[in-house]
Amino acid sequence: MLGLGQRFPPFHTAFEPAALHRSYTTTESMAPKDRKPHVCRNPDLIRGVGKYSRSKMYHKRGLWAIKAKNGGAFPKHEKKAAAAAPAEKPPKFYPADDVKKPLVNKRKARPTKLRASITPGTVLIILAGRFKGKRVVFLKQLSSGLLLVTGPFKVNGVPLRRVNQSYVIATSTKVDVSGVSVEKFDDKYFGKKVEKKKKKGEGEFFEAEKEEKNTLPHDKKDDQKTVDAALIASIEAVPDLKSYLGARFSLKSGMKPHELVF
Amino acid sequence: MPFKRYVEIGRIALVNYGKDYGKLVVIVDVIDQNRALVDSPDMVRGQMNFKRLTLTDIKIDIKRVPNKKTLIAAMEAADVKNKWENSSWGRKLIVQKKRASLNDFDRFKIMLAKIKKAGVVRQELAKLKKETA
Repeated sequence: MLGLGQRFPPFHTAFEPAALHRSYTTTESMAPKDRKPHVCRNPDLIRGVGKYSRSKMYHKRGLWAIKAKNGGAFPKHEKKAAAAAPAEKPPKFYPADDVKKPLVNKRKARPTKLRASITPGTVLIILAGRFKGKRVVFLKQLSSGLLLVTGPFKVNGVPLRRVNQSYVIATSTKVDVSGVSVEKFDDKYFGKKVEKKKKKGEGEFFEAEKEEKNTLPHDKKDDQKTVDAALIASIEAVPDLKSYLGARFSLKSGMKPHELVF
Repeated sequence: MPFKRYVEIGRIALVNYGKDYGKLVVIVDVIDQNRALVDSPDMVRGQMNFKRLTLTDIKIDIKRVPNKKTLIAAMEAADVKNKWENSSWGRKLIVQKKRASLNDFDRFKIMLAKIKKAGVVRQELAKLKKETA
């Protein structure tokens, strides 16, 4: 009875449930990605209790309208004929004990997460190794996770080198590295050269081989020079930066590392 | 040795412990033997134990528990900020803060400057010594 106070919405025209619009009509500007995230139609009063009853939700979802559009029944698709599974032969051999399956492992190897304070051009302080204490310019992170750094070589003797992030303090000083191209350097560039297997020769042979290996190949020296040329130009633009990079860092009396701002 | 700095309404104090460490606050009322009601332009008025406060020489002219607007106006009139920053205590704190925030590069530059200054002083001293000798 209409006296109940409920308004029955007219069929289809003034009240169209949003569901209909979404699936059956498209607006000109709408690309699938432009949709606003849909608010829940049935908010929780308390966990486990929705605001609207089953019959109200049926009405809200617009199933009545979809049915009406489809002549009284909900539109159905024909079930796709299931592809016949190939006939499996029974195995020839059943193992006596249960064979254990290894656990699923979906982890992917990734380079170490780079600290937010380390960006290309940051001055780093190396803490271990033969260059400990040296202040060095960071170039990029290689795919193995190691950091590619350079002295520059002319300034403090540190060549193009890989360094682990854990053995480094990042300072807040940045150098302009826009003029430097580091694309050609990767982990393979720094790997040990594969030695050709030699048959055991005379004593003379061995010494000759060893001397050859000790010098750096010329192309690596040239790479160092090209990288450093652009860097040194931008370093000399800042007063005192060159002598800063040439000096080693050390803890003096009264310096508390946990209170120092780098 | 009488006391020179008294707890009174309008006394500026430095907070030496707690969340508001290092801030200058105004004593706006005294609650009991140990606690004061304390206010500052950038904090919500609240109580603080006297042990957390160090009294300064600065005093402003306010009535008991003024509202924020009056308080700020009184602080401007007494020029608290400049008086504090020009006092030797205030200047020391500013220098301490600056030194704590120094970069590694800044510390290096300061080291170079100190060496240079010492060099100049030493040259002058040598000159003076030569004159008297």
